[in-house]
Amino acid sequence: MYSRAYKATVTIPPLLWVTFFLLVPYAILFCYSFWSVSPQQVIVHNWNLQNYAQLFRNPIYLTVLLRSMRIAGAVTLLALVLGYPLAYYLSFHAAKRKDLLYQLVIIPLWASYLVRGYAWKTILGSEGVLNGLLQYLHITHHPVEFLLYSPFAVILTLTHIYTPFTFLPIYASLEHIPRNLVEASHDLGAPPFSTFLRVILPLSLPGILAGATFAFVLSLGDFLAPLLVGGPSGIMISNIVVGLFGAAYNWPLGAAISLCMLLLVVGLLFATERLEKRLALQ
Amino acid sequence: MNSPKQAGAGETMAAKPEALLSIRNVEKQFGRRPVLRGISLEVAPGEFLTILGESGSGKTTLLRLIAGFEQLDHGEIWMAGERLDPVPSYRRQVNTVFQSYAIFPHLSVFENVAYGLRARGTPQAEIPDRVNQALEMVKMGEFAASAPARLSGGQQQRVALARALVNRPRVLLLDEPLSALDANLRRQMQVELKSLQREVGITFIFVTHDQEEAMALSDRVALLRAGFLEQVAEPREIYGHPATAYAAQFIGQTNLLLAEVADGIASAGPIIWRTFGASGKVYFSLRPEVIRLVSYSSGHPSPDVSTAHFRGRIRNQTFGGAMDLLEIDCGNAHVIRARIPSPGPLSGDHDFEFSAIDAVRVRAGDD
Repeated sequence: MYSRAYKATVTIPPLLWVTFFLLVPYAILFCYSFWSVSPQQVIVHNWNLQNYAQLFRNPIYLTVLLRSMRIAGAVTLLALVLGYPLAYYLSFHAAKRKDLLYQLVIIPLWASYLVRGYAWKTILGSEGVLNGLLQYLHITHHPVEFLLYSPFAVILTLTHIYTPFTFLPIYASLEHIPRNLVEASHDLGAPPFSTFLRVILPLSLPGILAGATFAFVLSLGDFLAPLLVGGPSGIMISNIVVGLFGAAYNWPLGAAISLCMLLLVVGLLFATERLEKRLALQ
Repeated sequence: MNSPKQAGAGETMAAKPEALLSIRNVEKQFGRRPVLRGISLEVAPGEFLTILGESGSGKTTLLRLIAGFEQLDHGEIWMAGERLDPVPSYRRQVNTVFQSYAIFPHLSVFENVAYGLRARGTPQAEIPDRVNQALEMVKMGEFAASAPARLSGGQQQRVALARALVNRPRVLLLDEPLSALDANLRRQMQVELKSLQREVGITFIFVTHDQEEAMALSDRVALLRAGFLEQVAEPREIYGHPATAYAAQFIGQTNLLLAEVADGIASAGPIIWRTFGASGKVYFSLRPEVIRLVSYSSGHPSPDVSTAHFRGRIRNQTFGGAMDLLEIDCGNAHVIRARIPSPGPLSGDHDFEFSAIDAVRVRAGDD
């Protein structure tokens, strides 16, 4: 058995961390969301629900929130479509190249997010690599404008950035499938594709779920990609929050939006966790 | 979708000679390490054949070649008159019971057993009856709806067996299926497995490293050693007349005596007995239970070489209920083990004998 002193040493630091860097800030945020800004641009502590009411009254917030969810949904789908086959190939067929390919997937994570965002800016811009190529090949005669500063650009950039986060849990779940289950399936007369549908796919569902959650939650709260490549039509909810906490100086409304998003994400995590548990019990 | 083929294969079998499965000069390497070196083996329909060997002898590899999980480097495998080795595992009429059971964790017991039937396109209406029948056969009928995670090792083993047998394979491969079970359950499963095999009449190829299990279950035992077949014979034959020193030592306990044979007389130290066959240095296998404890009331034994006599000091006596195991020191570092009906505590020097015909000539083997 462990001594009291040992237990205290291990548990108190993380407890303090969570308290001061998570619970306290959220509590402050919670308070702010019920306060308001006076005409003199001072935050006054009169408790009310105005911020939440405004959230639903002003269509701009809901529009942007819905757009953010659509973008996050598209990113999630693309990350799964790209990440799953990659993870499957690595886990089942890469053999000796496994470690190398795994590193190649991980290495982009070491590059700064900003660098990767700017890279897409230079690729997609009107003077960018892609437009240059299109004109060089005479596919278009003028620079294609919709590439940059559009939801499309945001989805592309976010997919590039978050696919590894989807890949990793899927890869882990595929690696955990005992290979003799695949052999047993073949042994019982199921050809490779049928084996994939009946054994591998169902057993990798927890990884798919975790990967999808990563991609969705991280994309939903992203504000750098829309800032760099989104333009006015590619604005996401976090950009609004950043604006409210910055130039607009409306911390109470920003706090209210943040808390709504937090609720959304926590609800989502809760739902996926329950789903995962049910899958595991089956 | 393979059911028409199943019927077709049945017809060709009647035209062919006895062997259901024929393994011809099969070789397999992993990297540069040879695992199987020229294995040839015929398996008759309905036979219970055990592939016996130590770990690393290649026995599991041989099984995996028959199942189609590995590709052979040289040689051929035939089943019922058709080449088997180029056929992918999912088209072979062979099923495997895996050492670790390999039960699908996301499917119920029922769905596990139904898996092969569904995969091969068995008519939907037939499935419930066949699955329940198979589960009844292994006494797991009441667990059809259970999740595999709730089953014990022995129960999972039964499900694995039902899942394989429900497909009515021509050959059932069993890869050390009982090794994970505790001793009592293991003995019980051995008995059940044997009676099940008689009941269904399917050819069983059973891999194990346990020689007692091999002797208890098999019609024939194929002893595999470092990729070579050491001996293929019925258990009684392989025990009574081991071909090599290795076979004698691996299957049951034995005393290996290196004797000098000249003029029909073998002598190993002070022990002499009559033998037939070539002269020179010869190994003899002497089972512990053929040795008898004797006391000569008339002073000396008669000089009769059809019975060998020796005298030695009891070095160790292990009580074993009906039979005791003795370690007899005959001098010159000669230790002979004897298993004799429990004589009560022994000490000091005693006289022993054995019949000359019980000392069996064996080949030295490779080492």
